[in-house]
Amino acid sequence: MTRNLIIGAALSSLVVLAAVMSFVWTPFDYAALNIPDKLQPPNPTHWFGTDHFGRDMFSMIMVGSRTSIAVALVAVGIGMAAGVPLGLTAATRKGSWLDELIMRGNDLVFAFPSLVIAILITAVFGAGAINAIIAIGIFNIPVFARITRGAALSLWEREFILAARVSGKGAARISVEHILPNVANLLIVQGTIQFSLGILAEAGLSYVGLGAQPPTPSWGRMLADAQTMVSFAPHLALIPGSAIIVTVLGLNLMGDGLRDWLDPRLRVARS
Amino acid sequence: MLRYSLKRLFSLMISLAVASLVIFSVVEIAPGDPASYMLGVNAQPDTVAALRAELGLDVSRPERYLSWVAGMLQGDFGTSYTYRTPVAEMVKDRLWVSLPLALYALTLSTLIAFPAGIFAASRRGKTGDVVVMGSTQLGIAIPNFWFAMILVLIFAINLRWFSAGGFVGWENGIWAGLHSLTLPAIALALPQASILARVMRSSLLDILGEDFMRTARAKGLTRKQALWRHGLRNALIPVLTIIGLQFSFLLAGSIIIEQVFYLPGLGRLVFQAISARDLIVVESVVMLLVFAVIVVNFVVDLAYAVVDPRLRTRT
Repeated sequence: MTRNLIIGAALSSLVVLAAVMSFVWTPFDYAALNIPDKLQPPNPTHWFGTDHFGRDMFSMIMVGSRTSIAVALVAVGIGMAAGVPLGLTAATRKGSWLDELIMRGNDLVFAFPSLVIAILITAVFGAGAINAIIAIGIFNIPVFARITRGAALSLWEREFILAARVSGKGAARISVEHILPNVANLLIVQGTIQFSLGILAEAGLSYVGLGAQPPTPSWGRMLADAQTMVSFAPHLALIPGSAIIVTVLGLNLMGDGLRDWLDPRLRVARS
Repeated sequence: MLRYSLKRLFSLMISLAVASLVIFSVVEIAPGDPASYMLGVNAQPDTVAALRAELGLDVSRPERYLSWVAGMLQGDFGTSYTYRTPVAEMVKDRLWVSLPLALYALTLSTLIAFPAGIFAASRRGKTGDVVVMGSTQLGIAIPNFWFAMILVLIFAINLRWFSAGGFVGWENGIWAGLHSLTLPAIALALPQASILARVMRSSLLDILGEDFMRTARAKGLTRKQALWRHGLRNALIPVLTIIGLQFSFLLAGSIIIEQVFYLPGLGRLVFQAISARDLIVVESVVMLLVFAVIVVNFVVDLAYAVVDPRLRTRT
């Protein structure tokens, strides 16, 4: 286990724990307005202070983590569910028109600035968490397709795949039974990284008002609300910002650590 | 080289054609009719029909697509539904904010990332490397719009070195213009610089293990001389790719950053158009951004082929 992996996993589980906890317990009702207590800096009662409506920031951060995690998780799920089969298929027919079509399609999606298209989609179909998920998810597809194809291509050259072919298994069965388990590590690492990118993207979309809509709490929208008040209540911006940074940093460190840990070649090199 | 360029040019054309089709279709399937939206719920059917005709909405979809594309090729991006002014003119004014901002940020990012990456690679495994790499991890994790808010808090509100938002306009001189774009450019550049520094470092480390680097050392060059004369040039290829890709992140990122600083750029134009459901503006600006990204990537592709002759024969 590397240091990165331990720190990353600790930070990430902290966030996941907060999200899970928020279903059963938050210090205060996250939606309860309490104007007399508004804009309090962090204190023993309100650990992260209160916002301009006197809502407890700690509770809002806890509940907001659900939005971030849900959006990013589903977006990664979309990317994997579509990208991995595409990558596997392309690899079985290397150089064929199908492979060419899939790879050129990938290039095309890569060429689009993802945020711009996310903005287009949410502009046309309306702002909301679902559309944000779709917009972020679409851009995960080529990432997973490309990484799966690359890894699968080198696996197809290996003897154990040849053995499977000799034993009469078809390309589809080999892909699922032998290729997929061997690219799983890679997919987990990439999934972690895409997860963190998804959290950043969700925060950005929510910040400009195209992500989760009120009353669903979201870190990005908390930052948008904070913008006009940052000069006299900096904690309004510092706290949701730190929540995003801790989550993304944790996931990235975990991704790096997992890569080192799961890749035996690197392990040998280190020892 | 000519064959390679032609091949690239062909795939550029296809990309642009598909991109325009996708964008057009997405906007087409948008719920709601712009004409009835503009006129409100109480509009008479014949008024709506007249406006539809005026906006060119009464012809078939393929016709509309072709006239949209033909218009763009001639620099005519259509007419804004809400402002009734040509989109091209609105875009032109805004481009003078967004484009310099993206270029400014790209310059800053490169200026930060190159020394940082080279420094980290030359101190591999030592404290300096660990500190630089740790900072880049943090830099990647920081959302740029949040960093922008913190910059405003520190440098505009507390220290008063910069204004908190708005753009003075280039007519007040180049320095005044650059000054008001400085905080947004720093905010945009930070995550990109972090990524670029990491790429620079790992690319240099790969090169340092190459045989020709050992030869360079063997013929008597110091580590530093070998790095500068032979290492850097070879390490630049992956770095160039990333710089090309970053251009698209910077353009897209500037859309959000413009919101933080109230800059009158393309981003604000898009958001105003979204809230007014002025879809022709959204459609044209998005197409323009995608066009810019595809063309920049095309230029980067050609640039490698010039830098690295080996690539001309591949694919």
